[in-house]
Parts: sequence; structure tokens; C-alpha cells
Amino acid sequence: MPKLNMVQAINLGLSQEMERDETVLVLGEDVGVDGGVFRVTDGLLEKFGPSRVMDTPIAESAVMGTAVGMALAGLKPVGEMQFSGFSYLMIPQLEGHAARFRSRTHGRLTVPLVIRMPYGGGVRALEHHSESREATYAHFPGVKVVIPSGPRNARALITAAIRDPDPVVFMEPKRSYRAFREEVPAEPEVMEIGKARVVREGKDLTLVAWGAMMRPALHAAEEVEKKRGASVEVIDLLTISPMDSGTIAASVKKTGRCVVVQEAPRNLGISSEITARLNDEVLLYLEAPVKRVTGYDVVTPYFGRETMYLPTEGRIRRGIEETLDF
Amino acid sequence: MPRKDILRLSVPYLQVLDEKGKADKELEPDLPPEELVRLYRAMVLSREGDQRMLNLQRQGRIGTFPPGVGQEAAFCAPTLALKKKDWFVGAFREPGARMMRGENLARALLLYNGFEEGNVAPEGCERTLPVSIIVGAQTLHAVGIAYAMKYKGEKDTAVLVFFGDGATSEGDFYEALNFASLWEAPVVFLCQNNQYAISVPRSRQTRSRTLAQKALAQDVPCIQVDGNDALGMYSAAAEALEMARSGGGPTLIEAVTYRLLMHTTADDPGKYRSKEEEEEWRKKDPIPRFRIYLEGKGLWNSRKEEALRAEVKETLDAEVRAFESMKDFQPDAPFDYVFGTPHPWIEAQRAEFLAELEKERSENA
Repeated sequence: MPKLNMVQAINLGLSQEMERDETVLVLGEDVGVDGGVFRVTDGLLEKFGPSRVMDTPIAESAVMGTAVGMALAGLKPVGEMQFSGFSYLMIPQLEGHAARFRSRTHGRLTVPLVIRMPYGGGVRALEHHSESREATYAHFPGVKVVIPSGPRNARALITAAIRDPDPVVFMEPKRSYRAFREEVPAEPEVMEIGKARVVREGKDLTLVAWGAMMRPALHAAEEVEKKRGASVEVIDLLTISPMDSGTIAASVKKTGRCVVVQEAPRNLGISSEITARLNDEVLLYLEAPVKRVTGYDVVTPYFGRETMYLPTEGRIRRGIEETLDF
Repeated sequence: MPRKDILRLSVPYLQVLDEKGKADKELEPDLPPEELVRLYRAMVLSREGDQRMLNLQRQGRIGTFPPGVGQEAAFCAPTLALKKKDWFVGAFREPGARMMRGENLARALLLYNGFEEGNVAPEGCERTLPVSIIVGAQTLHAVGIAYAMKYKGEKDTAVLVFFGDGATSEGDFYEALNFASLWEAPVVFLCQNNQYAISVPRSRQTRSRTLAQKALAQDVPCIQVDGNDALGMYSAAAEALEMARSGGGPTLIEAVTYRLLMHTTADDPGKYRSKEEEEEWRKKDPIPRFRIYLEGKGLWNSRKEEALRAEVKETLDAEVRAFESMKDFQPDAPFDYVFGTPHPWIEAQRAEFLAELEKERSENA
């Protein structure tokens, strides 16, 4: 199996789906000749030509709105928002139309499309290039929100997203794009959307994370084990909406303690929703309050301060220890 | 080097049938008599359908809806130029046009009575999109569909998209024109300039002298048409659709018309315009004007008119009866259509919803 980074892995998934299904096409700013500013679509133009790999004007609403039309007419568009910070311009088309056609027409018309966007901090980028706004998209019924954490699941999830019958917001943690490599099977691999995955087994505490937070979370889990012998079960959420809270609840029933890590601001975040669901489903199993290790409710600071504001391995470890010691 | 003009642009204007119902012989479209009569019937059915809905709305039997009275030529005549395999992408003020596409009043009543079932169009309406309420958003869908037709090699297929004067202030409209132009998309943009975006008059919408000219910035051809002239509207749309089908790309048509009634039944035009103004436009009503033309051609007379009115009444009676017989709505249908794949979270909420509904009913029994 070749070892790929996340950029190459998503590229592989896109390329294989385009080979498999000629209704799949890619559109967005700089996705063609430039191969995307992060090179996720590199080489696709040469392979599939300009009618399937479309450099569009800078108009996020139009990328989304025309993708809705294409999907209504039987194509499977994969649109790219260059950065999630610019994606809000397409929200009226996503919330107003992509999310609604199935319900609006009771299934007569559907909008199977994917909108990819790099998101999250940690790459010392300019303003609007570092936010984590997955909760914003997760709040729209009818929209699926998926966040991979590594090359292998990124490839399997982009494949699933393209084959999915619904609009999928596919958020790519840009800090993880080239941070590490994994073996990715050459044959197409599909991961079910709507399912979380236990990536490390443990019995004393459940640690939930997603995206770029997975790596510091796993490191923190190992460190706690080394330091005090506590075993931490780690769950990779993978699908933000519709969320697989069942897997988390089953784990917390076993461990009695839970820490949720998110890069995004705390207020109304995914970690808050997980906490609420655990209260609903496993309150009597909880030995300690659910701890949220999150970003702060401030406007995302410029990158000079960003390392102070992003959850770190240390903050996660302290959150775990505080919960274990409660 | 002296300054010089590098570009001069112009906006053509078309009127075939004048306000007295007299046709310009040179511009008169070559339409067979049965098509002319079909168009007249569609306009009458639209007008009478609106009247019927107004009555039902006042009786509280349906909710708010946007009548199309006064604009029948602007939306029915272009629809006459559509082929079945062309796409119809509407806004929300094209009632008669929808019926020409095979939709029916019973479904419209259902929709305006608050049920999505009204958007489950009858067989044969696969290429007719449902009502689109967000102003201007559907222009982009039309461009995407048009691109898909081109991409799939469905030659000889065009997309007709409707929107109002208000939509020309939306970003989506400009983005749609730009994308359509770049992609040479087979789409016809049809702006029903009915002079008001709810209360905001055309004069406060833009300083542009025409709405048509907004296409020129994208090098999209445009034309302004007397929107109450059924023949002018047909000719302009037929020509633009034919150009789109033959690979000539998009066109913007501005139909200058007037909304004779309210924006929706929740609106009171007395707040923002005068009776005198409305009366002036009533004189330009597209339906009598077209009738005079048909009579002049020997295609129409009072006997035929009477028969048509009776047939339309009967059709609408049947539609209202059909609507009133549709009563069994599955309460939990919204849970069926969140996603195309089942999910335990949604299913758990469905169970909760049904249980709560049952409790509500037994408590209120």
C-alpha cells in the first residue's frame, strides 16, 4: 500500500470516483490549472479535462447554486470553497435549497453534492483562514457534515460523500493536510457516513475528538496512560451531523467519564451537544461532569496568538486528569 | 492618443401587439391557431385560478399566496415556447405557466395550504422545478441545470428561469449571468418586471434605465419586451430559447408588466401606490388585448368565450374538489425526507414526535 498524506489521499478518492462515474465533476476557484491552492485537485484537469474540472469565477454562492442545479439534473458536483472562512457566502444556497429539495418535494428532487472546504487553525495563515465552524453547518437539517482526521479515512469518506444521496459538507482539517502519511489501499474504500469510530480502546475515560484535534488527543491519551496507568478510550467522531452519539454513549456507559475536544468556540459547539446527549442517555453512569476542552468564545485571533488559543495536547491531558480526579 | 469609445451597447425593445390589440404584421409570430387558443386559455385559466384561490384564501381555506393577475402574458407566452424536454425553473408568480407545464390547481392549493405534497408534481413534470421563494436564488439552479444539459450532450434542450425586478438586485442574479455567459449555458433569464418588489418601486430598485441592460456587462444579449403583449413575449422567448438550444448561449428578457393585485394576500398595495396608477395599468391588461387579436383573426367570438369560461369553471371546480378530498397527510412525513439514508438519531426523534403527538391528542380529546 502506498503511503499518502491527506492531500494525496483526497486527490486519489476524487480521481477514482471520477473514473468510476462520469457524472462526477469538480468545480471551484483555482481547482483546475492550479490544482487547488492546497493541490487537492492536482492533476485532475489533465486527466478529466475542463468540462469536468472547472475553474470558476470567485463566487461562492454561484459555485453552490450551480452545483445545486447540476445535481437536480443528474450530475454529482464536488464544489470547493477555497477556505471555510469564505464559505458563508454559499450558505443561502446550502440552507435554502441544497438541504431542502428532498423535503420540499417529498423525495421527487434530490441534491446529491459535496462541498469541500479546508478549515481550522494551526497553519499561521491570514485572517479568515483559521476558523472551525462545523457547528454552523451541523445546525442545518438535511445537510451532512463530515470531517476526516487522517489520509485513510479522508479518502474513504470523500468516496462515501460523493456516493451519498444528500448534500455533504466535507471539512478538511488543513493542519493535517501534510502533517503525516498513512498507508491508503489502492482499491477504493468507503466508510459509512453517520458513524463514529473507536480508534483506541480504554476503560477509564472516553475522549472524543475529530479533525486536527485527533492527533493531540491520541498523544494525550497515551501520555496519561504512561503517567498514571489510566486507560483512555478515544473516539474519532468523523461525521459531525447526523452524529453517532450511540457509539459515544456506549463507551461512556463503560468508562463513566468523558472529555470532548474541539477546536471551535465553546458556545453552542458540537461538544455541548455531545454533553447534552450524554446527560439524556447515560447520566446515571457518569462519575464526573463531561469536560469540554475547546476554543474560546473570541473572534479567532490572528496567527501570532493562535497557538495559545488552540487546544493543545497539554490542555487535553489536563482535562483528562481533572475528569479522572473529580 | 485621443480618448475613444471602445464599446457601445444597446437594448432593443419589442412590442408586437399594441395596447389596442393591433398586431404589427411584420413582427407577428407564425403560430398555428390551436397554439394561439391554447395560450389564451392558459391566461384565462391562470386569471380564474387566482380568483378562485383569492376566494378560498378569504374563506380561510388556504394560506397566503402570490397571485399573478395582470402578468399572464409575461409568464404564459414564454412557456408556450418551451418544449417538454426543456426545463422550467420558476420563482413564485407564474401560476398559469405551471398549469401549462402539467401542474394543476389542486396541487397549488395544497402547497398554499401548507403541505409539501403540493410540490409532488404529477407525472410528466420532471423538468418543472417547484416554487422558489428566496429571491433570485433559482437563477443559479437554472445555470447549473443548463450546464448539466450541455455536459450530458442533451442538445436541443434549454432552461427557462423566471424571477422578478427585485431579484435583479441580488448577487445571485449577477453571478448567474456571469456563469451562464462563461459556460455558454443554454438558459433564458426571464425577468418579470412588475414594477414593485412588494412595496419598493422599480425606481428605487435601481437607477439603470432598463433591467435588461444588466446582462450587457456579461456580454449576454438582452431585450426589453412589453410584458403585457402575449405575442411579443412569445416571440422574444421563442427566439432566445432557440438560440440557447442551438448552442448560442444565454439571453436576458425583461418583461415590462404590472402586478395588478397584491404581492401576496398578506400585502396591502394601498399602502404604497395609487388607485389611479392601478387603473392606468388595467387598461393594458394582457387578456382583453390578446382576445381582440384573436377575434380579429377570426379565431374567437363571444360564443367561444362563453364556452371557455364554462370549461375553465368546471376544471377549477374539479380541482378544488380534488384538493378538498386530499386530507390524509402522514404527520411524520418530514422525518422521511431529512436524508436519503436512515439514521438512528432521526428515527429516535420520529418515535418521540409520534408519542408526543399521541399524548397531545389524548390530552386534548
